[in-house]
Amino acid sequence: MVVKTLPEFPVKKGEPAYKLWIFEPGEKKEMPLVFNLRQLAETRRPALLPGHRLCAGCAAPIVVKLASFAFRGPTIVVTATGCLEVSSTIFPYTSWAVPWIHNAFENAAATASGVEAALKALKKTGRLPYDHVDVVVFAGDGGTFDIGLQSLSGAAERGHDFLYILYDNEAYMNTGIQRSAGTPKYAWTTTSPVGSVLPGKMENKKPIAEIMVAHRIPYVATATPAHWMDFMKKVRKGIEVEGPAFIHTLSSCDRGWRHDTALTLEVTRRAVDTCYFPLWEWTPQSGYMLTDRSLAIARNPKLKQPIEKYLELQGRFRHLLKPENKHLVKELQELVDAAWEELLRKASNAPR
Amino acid sequence: MAQQAGWRSLPKGGVAFRLSTDYKTGDWRALKPVIDYNKCTKCMLCWLFCPDMAIVWDGENVVVNYDYCKGCGICANECPVKAISMVPEA
Ligand SMILES: Cc1ncc(C[n+]2csc(CCOP(=O)(O)OP(=O)(O)O)c2C)c(N)n1
Ligand code: SF4
Ligand code: SF4
Ligand code: SF4
Ligand SMILES: [Mg+2]
Repeated sequence: MVVKTLPEFPVKKGEPAYKLWIFEPGEKKEMPLVFNLRQLAETRRPALLPGHRLCAGCAAPIVVKLASFAFRGPTIVVTATGCLEVSSTIFPYTSWAVPWIHNAFENAAATASGVEAALKALKKTGRLPYDHVDVVVFAGDGGTFDIGLQSLSGAAERGHDFLYILYDNEAYMNTGIQRSAGTPKYAWTTTSPVGSVLPGKMENKKPIAEIMVAHRIPYVATATPAHWMDFMKKVRKGIEVEGPAFIHTLSSCDRGWRHDTALTLEVTRRAVDTCYFPLWEWTPQSGYMLTDRSLAIARNPKLKQPIEKYLELQGRFRHLLKPENKHLVKELQELVDAAWEELLRKASNAPR
Repeated sequence: MAQQAGWRSLPKGGVAFRLSTDYKTGDWRALKPVIDYNKCTKCMLCWLFCPDMAIVWDGENVVVNYDYCKGCGICANECPVKAISMVPEA
């Protein structure tokens, strides 16, 4: 990887801290997947540069950073409109150290389809100086569960070769915390308010990853930035398969979830520990497979935490902890348990 | 009738061209992470998780780049040996 050095914060040993990703034409080497962090720090730079204006403690840049450590070579990033896109490209600045394109809110997958088709055409006519160029999409829950669903479904059906990473912060955060189909039941948002009439959002979260499984694409997974090794492995798999791949990541938003900025990854871990957000992957060959912490919980059910452990850190669920709302917490616990039991039945590596 | 414009004459999209490294987000900070190098085991987790790429490995140590650190406290919270403390900005 040939890199251009930016005149920023030179660290010792003459090693620059921030670099653009520039690959010489003809570059054939695949970057290996590295889990030794010191080696990673010495050989890789994230695809996102500092100076982006996402809130302090936002998980979205961590999702991008970790995913980019698993990129294998030349990569084009597509983003849907949302916090990540808006805050990383405030004109005239860009935080992307890789080629990047944004088109609109609803069509990230269609844009990625076009990019992939263009790459194919260039390759066919001998004008692509690389073996392969990967296409990776980052899109929010609004841009995926809601307005971008038809574009995503169409691209999956047409079989374009790209990895779609959903960073799910469970609401339309960029426009001021409006509820989406990704918002969980009984969460407060500005359009699912909490008061004497309503206890927050009244509807269930759409099972987006299962919807993608139903498309029978080559790879679907769930992941979180807190379980970083698991996430990086999944990103690499998603890039390596031929055809569409989809990774649903839980991406905390401290502004919208109303928690301390320092607790971003703590909250995320608890989402997995309570089985609110189980970690799994799915392929047409092996079906559902539990991974990482969720596999450990399946093997040792004592590790499973009550849902309150997840709710208690977040202001958007504060009303649920009041004594008069005990029955709502019980209902959420039953929903989580039912989904977890179903996953245990489906997962081929769950103990029986 | 006016001639129809071809795709070549359509306006191009906006191009963001200046690197955001020119934009210092360090002044957002209210709390400042300070690393105690006597405790630090160089596990690199703070480097891995910092959302602002504000922790840099200099070949010997992890160093905070205060030009960009927004003071979120994730590094302090994730540090397994509690080597990072968040102190109020003067
Ligand atoms: C067609 C269209 N409708 C509405 C908007 C306004 N808009 C911009 S970002 C956004 C919310 C994005 O939510 P999400 O996809 O969840 O990403 P987040 O900001 O939460 O990261 C909305 C509604 C838009 N840009 N385009
Ligand atoms: S509003 Fe939420 S998702 Fe958007 S930048 Fe802030 S913390 Fe991140
Ligand atoms: S406080 Fe936040 S932004 Fe600053 S170095 Fe730590 S993790 Fe990075
Ligand atoms: S997380 Fe703590 S121990 Fe690990 S490198 Fe950072 S400061 Fe050192
Ligand atoms: Mg969102």
